[in-house]
Amino acid sequence: MFASAGDALLSHGMKQTGNISLHHLQSVIFAIGNPWVAAGILLLLAFFAAYTSALSWADLTYVLPATSLGYVVLALVARFALHEQVSPMRWAGIALITGGVGFVAGGPALTEHPEKPPPFGSAQGKLPREARGGAPSSSSQQATPVSSEAKS
Amino acid sequence: MKLLYTWSAILVIALASVVGDVLISHAMKQVGDVGLLRRRAGLWTVVARVVGNRNFVLGVGAMAVAFFSLLFALSWGDVSLVGPAAASLTFIGNAFAAKIFLHERVDRRRWIAALLVAGGVALLAG
Repeated sequence: MFASAGDALLSHGMKQTGNISLHHLQSVIFAIGNPWVAAGILLLLAFFAAYTSALSWADLTYVLPATSLGYVVLALVARFALHEQVSPMRWAGIALITGGVGFVAGGPALTEHPEKPPPFGSAQGKLPREARGGAPSSSSQQATPVSSEAKS
Repeated sequence: MKLLYTWSAILVIALASVVGDVLISHAMKQVGDVGLLRRRAGLWTVVARVVGNRNFVLGVGAMAVAFFSLLFALSWGDVSLVGPAAASLTFIGNAFAAKIFLHERVDRRRWIAALLVAGGVALLAG
């Protein structure tokens, strides 16, 4: 949601500032002063915080398709709240995205690497190797304060 | 000429996004589950560990390149072209990069998901 709304605000703001010439790169900096661009950047920062948090416990190829649900929500808001016309092609796009997210959501969130387990266990509640009786790895040593909680 | 500029910017956005996504994903796996870490050590510890990670900083740098390329692209082309085209290329590129560099198990289910989402995003622009 934040990403799609942020992109929309950025687009509106950049259309107000006009074309940016490669010979005047500093005008990109001035574009950030536009309130629409600034609001778009704030929403994109909120998206980034949620995105990095999800990446700490799930695979990139699991998280990234899920973020595309924002496109679907925006299209549904446009149709039912703003009463815009949504073409059959866009409905097909919504169906494809929903299907894609459903596909990936049905599988495991995190790839297990037997030789190098994730520091705090996966989203399915699996524990680090040392918690299962194996030798600690370098990545789990980095996470010592929390892995002790995971053991309990 | 404007279309050439737009597509060049789209390619730069997709490439920089893939590099940034891979680096940030790797960094966040090194940091660990931030929910657990925050409950155990507090929010500032989480922030310090994330910001102090070199891969995270490099990833944010790549994301900044993607962001400014997006600003250029949006000033040259429509958001209905730039957004979906860059997003679709990023989905496909990330599936390859995650398999090669992050050693994620990109099975048939995830390939299909990446292709469906990329196609769906492209159709939304229609």
